[in-house]
Amino acid sequence: MTTYFGNLKPKKGNIHINKERCKGCGFCVEYCPKDVLELSEEFNKKGYHPPRIAHEEVCCYCQLCEAICPEFALFVTLKEEEEEGEKSESRP
Amino acid sequence: MKKVKADPKGVLTGAHYLDGDFAIAEGALAAGCRFFAGYPITPSTETAERFAERIPFVGGIFIQMEDEIASITALIGAAWGGQKAMTVTSGPGFSLMMENIGLAVMMEAPLVIANVQRGGPSTGLPTLVGQGDMMQVKFGSHGDYEIIALCPDSPQECFDLTIKAFNLSETYRVPTFIMTDECVGHMHEKVVIPPADQIEVVERKWYVGPKDKYLPYKPDKDLVPFMIKAGDGYRFHTTGLTHDQRGYPVINAEVQDWNVRHLVDKIQKNADRIIDYREDQVEDADVVVVSFGITSRVAVKAVQEARRAGIKVGTMRLVTVWPFPEKRILQLAGQVKAFVIPELNLGQIRREVERCAFGQAPAIGVPHCGGWVHDPDDILKAIKEAAR
Amino acid sequence: MNAQDRRPERNPIEDLLRMDRIPHIWCPGCGIGTVVSSFADALHKSELDLDKVAIVSGIGCTGRVAGYVKLDSFHSTHGRAIPFATGLKLANPELKVVVFSGDGDIAGIGGNHFIHAARRNMDLTVICVNNFNYAMTGGQVAATTPIMANLSTAPFGNFEYPFNLAYLADSCGATYVARWTSLHLRRVTKSIQEALGKKGFSFIEVITPCVTLYARRNRLGDGLNLLKYYYDNSEMRHGADTRTVPIDFQGKIIVGKFVDKEKPVWLECMNTHLQKALGEKYRPYGEKA
Repeated sequence: MTTYFGNLKPKKGNIHINKERCKGCGFCVEYCPKDVLELSEEFNKKGYHPPRIAHEEVCCYCQLCEAICPEFALFVTLKEEEEEGEKSESRP
Repeated sequence: MKKVKADPKGVLTGAHYLDGDFAIAEGALAAGCRFFAGYPITPSTETAERFAERIPFVGGIFIQMEDEIASITALIGAAWGGQKAMTVTSGPGFSLMMENIGLAVMMEAPLVIANVQRGGPSTGLPTLVGQGDMMQVKFGSHGDYEIIALCPDSPQECFDLTIKAFNLSETYRVPTFIMTDECVGHMHEKVVIPPADQIEVVERKWYVGPKDKYLPYKPDKDLVPFMIKAGDGYRFHTTGLTHDQRGYPVINAEVQDWNVRHLVDKIQKNADRIIDYREDQVEDADVVVVSFGITSRVAVKAVQEARRAGIKVGTMRLVTVWPFPEKRILQLAGQVKAFVIPELNLGQIRREVERCAFGQAPAIGVPHCGGWVHDPDDILKAIKEAAR
Repeated sequence: MNAQDRRPERNPIEDLLRMDRIPHIWCPGCGIGTVVSSFADALHKSELDLDKVAIVSGIGCTGRVAGYVKLDSFHSTHGRAIPFATGLKLANPELKVVVFSGDGDIAGIGGNHFIHAARRNMDLTVICVNNFNYAMTGGQVAATTPIMANLSTAPFGNFEYPFNLAYLADSCGATYVARWTSLHLRRVTKSIQEALGKKGFSFIEVITPCVTLYARRNRLGDGLNLLKYYYDNSEMRHGADTRTVPIDFQGKIIVGKFVDKEKPVWLECMNTHLQKALGEKYRPYGEKA
């Protein structure tokens, strides 16, 4: 993984989507700067197409989708600790 | 609720020569009112002026708002901020306040509104007496609700009943009205203000239980919910929409039924503790004169003349007009030949008396459009007619 | 470690929302939810004791905000949120009172209260969500509707001159005036933070899309189209003269922080003045005696 300025790592985010609350407005899909999300084909209970994570690995934890969602249906958590954990597990 | 002694800072102990308007301001200060938001309107402006002059020395807020609507709304905000709040107005301002009187009832916010009545309708007679808002105080806002209205007949009573109005509004979490009139408001008389430790003042029922169990509109045993104020960490919500016990709006018929009945029962079921009137010589009376405010003083002469003429006439002076003393009127109706109701309007309280008499005794009104007080002879004539 | 084994996390905004009333009533694509998000973000980031923050709303779509936010919240009558907030603030000056209401509520029926509270420099933070119509009642023309826009009570187009709310607030004496669109997420948050941290009458106008009514009646597409339009046509001009920032129908929207000045608030004025006039005998209000 690339690092900057020595050992500063770019942040990665875990996106949590509450599919049932989504009303399909499309703001998150449109405004994600990394095009992480796209509208899925599935329907939620209300008949809308909630977003799905298309390119999880490029999410940079900007939290714009969390801030813009009018339904409070999205939030992003920092992936950092888990990655470190995985790394240390994979080390022999 | 808690009964405490008045805060001496606000009590101007002594014998004073005050007009009714000033006496209302003094009564408010004695009762612990430290927030006044009002708008000038004749003949009530003097109360605001007196409050503005006195409050800097007592400690509190006087703010002249941009209109009466802002005044009443600011009072509701102040009530939720924990203060005892009041305003004064007259007919046109009273009409403006109606929507938010409804909000105060719905939110169960304790506050006091004094209406120094003048000749109406519309701009009417700004400087002359009337008593034409007696039905409006009870039915002026939309929907079904109950309020408490008191009627002083002298500057001394303006002082005493203002304190009582605050106590009632704090006890029952309801807007309470002081329905005085321009005559009593502008009349100068001796007002005796007792020392602070002789004045009993009621604090609202504050909630002291666990925060997560608090329900803003859950009625207590006396049907009045416990109150809290903003800033104490309860994170409560209150609204003018029909709401449930949590204060959250619920838009359906069941909750409407619960909500409206709660607002009405709170006063109606406690009516016996609220209703107040003064009777004189009714035990053997054939005619009872039911009156309130300045008219009750004018009626005194007519009643004296009538007694001298041999008519057995008694008086019932209404101190609380709403809730109306229905039970007592029904009782008297079984005893008397007729009621005589002089008032400075075309028969508003007469209707109530007639309704409560249930056909057992006629209710003879002595209507007057306002602008001046009755001629006692007119009342005497009505008493004589009633005695036949 | 599997992606599915993650402990269920909560959306951090949920501690500021009344979750027992979510989902809310706003339409898909409505900008109000976004503004509430920005507001919650600002509350989290500010140093305020949230128990001492109260929110007052009026009637309307934006007026429902008080019902969803978990602070001491008050849902008052149409147009009267500002005097309600005035009474609340003056009764307990320790509170930080926020008025969160719509353009019709604040500048239409509530116009008189708005100009007087600004004139008095009442210590309030007013967040005005401007969607250019009276949405809750079905999309009627409002005091902020641009000329030419089509709404249900102007079915042939609006011909009345609209308000320039930033200019109105500024001319009445507001000490902080800013305008953003709901897409300017972090800037709205920053503005709210600044307004909350400052004493005086602060006015933040947030232009938001109204999909079901304004957009539909004017054939402007859905929430996404309208939001894109507002953002793409907004031009940032901090410190602009508020006279030069009116909003025309589908024209340029000037955004930015227009006014940020200091002026004594009403309570300070009262205390200072009466102290001077009455000396020792005056009992100051609001200070811990």
